[in-house]
Amino acid sequence: MAGAEGDDSLYPIAVLIDELRNEDVQLRLNSIKKLSTIALALGVERTRTELLPFLTDTIYDEDEVLLALAEQLGSFTVLVGGPEYVHCLLPPLESLATVEETVVRDKAVESLRKISQEHSPVDLEVHFEPLVKRLACGDWFTSRTSACGLFSVCYPRVSSTVKAEIRQHFRTLCSDDTPMVRRAAASKLGEFAKVLELDYVKSDIIPLFTALASDEQDSVRLLAVEACVSIATLLPQEDLEALVMPTLRQAAEDKSWRVRYMVADKFSELQKAVGPEITKNDLVPAFQNLLKDCEAEVRAAAANKVKEFCENLPEDSRETIIMTHVLPCVKELVSDTNQHVKSALASVIMGLSTILGKDNTVEHLLPLFLAQLKDECPEVRLNIISNLDCVNEVIGIRQLSQSLLPAIVELAEDAKWRVRLAIIEYMPLLAGQLGVEFFDEKLNSLCMAWLVDHVYAIREAATCNLMKLVEKFGAEWAQNTIVPKVLSMSNDPNYLHRMTTLFCINALSEVCGQEITTKHMLPVVLKMASDQVANVRFNVAKCLQKIGPVLDSSALQAEVKPVLEILATDQDMDVKYFAQEAISVLTLA
Amino acid sequence: FAGGGVGGGNDFQWCFSQVKGAIDEDVAEADIISTVEFNYSGELLATGDKGGRVVIFQREQESKNRPLSRGEYNVYSTFQSHEPEFDYLKSLEIEEKINKIRWLPQQNAAHFLLSTNDKTIKLWKISERDKRAEGYNLKDEDGRLRDPFRITTLRVPVLMPMDLMVEASPRRIFANAHTYHINSISVNSDHETYLSADDLRINLWHLEITDRSFNIVDIKPANMEELTEVITAAECHPHQCNVFVYSSSKGTIRLCDMRAAALCDRHSKFFEEPEDPSSRSFFSEIISSISDVKFSHSGRYMMTRDYLSVKVWDLNMENRPVETYQVHEYLRSKLCSLYENDCIFDKFECCWNGSDSAIMTGSYNNFFRMFDRNTRRDITLEASRENSKPRAMLKPRKVCTGGKRKKDEISVDSLDFNKKILHTAWHPKENVIAVAATNNLYIFQDKIN
Repeated sequence: MAGAEGDDSLYPIAVLIDELRNEDVQLRLNSIKKLSTIALALGVERTRTELLPFLTDTIYDEDEVLLALAEQLGSFTVLVGGPEYVHCLLPPLESLATVEETVVRDKAVESLRKISQEHSPVDLEVHFEPLVKRLACGDWFTSRTSACGLFSVCYPRVSSTVKAEIRQHFRTLCSDDTPMVRRAAASKLGEFAKVLELDYVKSDIIPLFTALASDEQDSVRLLAVEACVSIATLLPQEDLEALVMPTLRQAAEDKSWRVRYMVADKFSELQKAVGPEITKNDLVPAFQNLLKDCEAEVRAAAANKVKEFCENLPEDSRETIIMTHVLPCVKELVSDTNQHVKSALASVIMGLSTILGKDNTVEHLLPLFLAQLKDECPEVRLNIISNLDCVNEVIGIRQLSQSLLPAIVELAEDAKWRVRLAIIEYMPLLAGQLGVEFFDEKLNSLCMAWLVDHVYAIREAATCNLMKLVEKFGAEWAQNTIVPKVLSMSNDPNYLHRMTTLFCINALSEVCGQEITTKHMLPVVLKMASDQVANVRFNVAKCLQKIGPVLDSSALQAEVKPVLEILATDQDMDVKYFAQEAISVLTLA
Repeated sequence: FAGGGVGGGNDFQWCFSQVKGAIDEDVAEADIISTVEFNYSGELLATGDKGGRVVIFQREQESKNRPLSRGEYNVYSTFQSHEPEFDYLKSLEIEEKINKIRWLPQQNAAHFLLSTNDKTIKLWKISERDKRAEGYNLKDEDGRLRDPFRITTLRVPVLMPMDLMVEASPRRIFANAHTYHINSISVNSDHETYLSADDLRINLWHLEITDRSFNIVDIKPANMEELTEVITAAECHPHQCNVFVYSSSKGTIRLCDMRAAALCDRHSKFFEEPEDPSSRSFFSEIISSISDVKFSHSGRYMMTRDYLSVKVWDLNMENRPVETYQVHEYLRSKLCSLYENDCIFDKFECCWNGSDSAIMTGSYNNFFRMFDRNTRRDITLEASRENSKPRAMLKPRKVCTGGKRKKDEISVDSLDFNKKILHTAWHPKENVIAVAATNNLYIFQDKIN
């Protein structure tokens, strides 16, 4: 509380208040984030009468400051004196709800929704609802868009006359002149429908839904698709056919690809909302059409949903529908002209095997997998490889290994380093599924080849890959297969490869354990301390620092310490620096 | 045709209202106006110049004290929108010149506009501030620091009224999406996207997203030696958010429907007028290049400007324009010298009046032309300081086209080709026009008889 006597505890608060207006945005932001501290020091009354009026007019600030302010005000109820006074927070949030920046407006609306719960039913009608009306009738569309998000929170808690007014306001906004407002209304339609009485859903929401779904602007129509999901969930099954399906059918065949894209994108939700019967009769043909759409974006979105759609089909007819309706379309998509479509399909197609079982997978899906593994686009092949685990469970990966190997080798040698990087990341997974023998026989040499790739990012990833392989196959395997190869690189004429040895040791020492590290790796590292390239030498120092914790103290004292001491007197500044750092971290001084 | 009434239904005359800019004869390159644009209400008028500056004029409220000053435009805000830059990767200088300004529909008390140079589009917010916070804890009114141990009470700053201050702040920067020079930007009627066009590509942006844009048209051939045409202008339809047009250097216009496909490389309509073989010459292709395309406010028509004429097209008729107006046909015999002094490549713009009943475009010698679409009457006016008394009526000008020169006529040979009017704008609701003549901005208004 603000004390009367000279009290230096006020000083930090005074600084915070002054910094609300500092020229430096960061300081203003800090102050706003500590607004609760300021309010606490001022007390509830001064917060209400002085701080909030000041904040109400502070809407000139940078977005990030306004965003922080909007967020703070959402949890300010206690600081203004509890629910009784919560309406004092409305004016600043109201002005924040009209700024042009969407993130700020959305945050202000979120806070308003939050504090609406803290209003008593009376206050809600006296203070909150008038605010919603003001926003809904505002001159600028920013305020009207904000209003759209507030109807659903007041509606359940107001009298029936006010309810009627709210419904009227919502109706008006749904036919607003500006598409911005209609979009906001369309995106809140589902949420508003949820709080309405079922009769009003039918009498009010359905006409609005139908109107928005046939809006002249496709940017509005596509939002109605989302609303379709929530509305369909609210209505009893027998009403869906008459009230929702005409609109949904129309959307699935809309002239605008963006609307059809939205239908494809929301397909699983729609499928759940309308239930099994309508799915069988309506959605299956609609889905087929989307998979054959003329726009690649739509086909890709639909392809992405293939697995989910099949999974959610009613069990009794699932297999028949997939085999007779979905699979023929999928087969065509495998050779689509657009690579995004193919790669979208490749990321889900493997999931069908669990649904269709072993025999169907071998007979119908396997040829598709194999075709995609040979696709000209690396992304398609990668997506297949990254989802191998689904097939492994059903038919075992061996069925694929004949085709898998060439695909992997080709990706491993792809000219684009990002493709090589992606396949490296799947190596541990593949190794686990293919088993150690297969790995040693076919893939080990690839993993070692990556260590001398000419792109650093690949060498780095290859190092990390070795560590994960050792985690899978164990230290003994490491000692027999990879450690000798790694260590032999320490004699390579190329200093970059010599450094790779050090990086590998950094990564491997912990998983390989003390014995291998001390016996096999440490001598090599120490020998490299006299390398003629300074970068190698300081990486020796860094490496020693890294593997130090794995070693026992006698090795540290007898072998590591003398070498680090020599390095600490190196001519090269960086070598010296890292040697000294290692000495102090390992407490060898 | 006394005085000429091109504009509304009433017969009226154009009067001088204001002129902005320096009077000096030697014009600084940076001061040359490169674009003029009214906002949606006509209350604000923005100009951009070759120096990268944007100047915004605001219309004064009509005051009772000065009944004669019918809403003059005065400077509201001036800011540096673009700075000269250098692209080190391509060893290319990027000029600061403002190629286009487009206002956004008003969304709150502030105003927003997009401005672009050759490469970078910026979204500016122009807002007013009339309150200032007063009162600090750690210093007193004169700015002297207070003893931190003497602070006995906390002061919350109080907002006090102050003189109106107009601020322009850059809100978004849309960069790195154009390899070639941006010639057009156009805000979509969905209020959330806009397009930008360069010589070979058109991109679609979301107004809130700066790190991503969608390429919707790409006419770049695989082999640049096969390049035969470039995009010269592009505009969104005023009401249908899925429709846009772009014009080409071959004199054709393509209308695309974004609903049909994500990539609009296949147009839905193709507007082209068959060439008249009798008038074919070496310059045919150059002069048929379209320098500007504008939809009418109604959205039914579009207008294109080529070197010698303005054409109005009905969107429902692709094979020829419904109206063609000659802007300065007398130059047809001068094309050779206009080619030599590069004037033939000048990019004249054109604009509609608020009711789409009249159109305006520029010419040489500080002349500009207006065409009444209903009466088919046309008029040539001059932007000049000679007759710049307030409310002085503009005299129609006439260029002598062969034969004997009459009184008040100007011969083609004495036209000054350095004084060109490329950029003009028409108030969206009233008969107020803004005409950019080199470094001067002229504003003319009607006077109803």
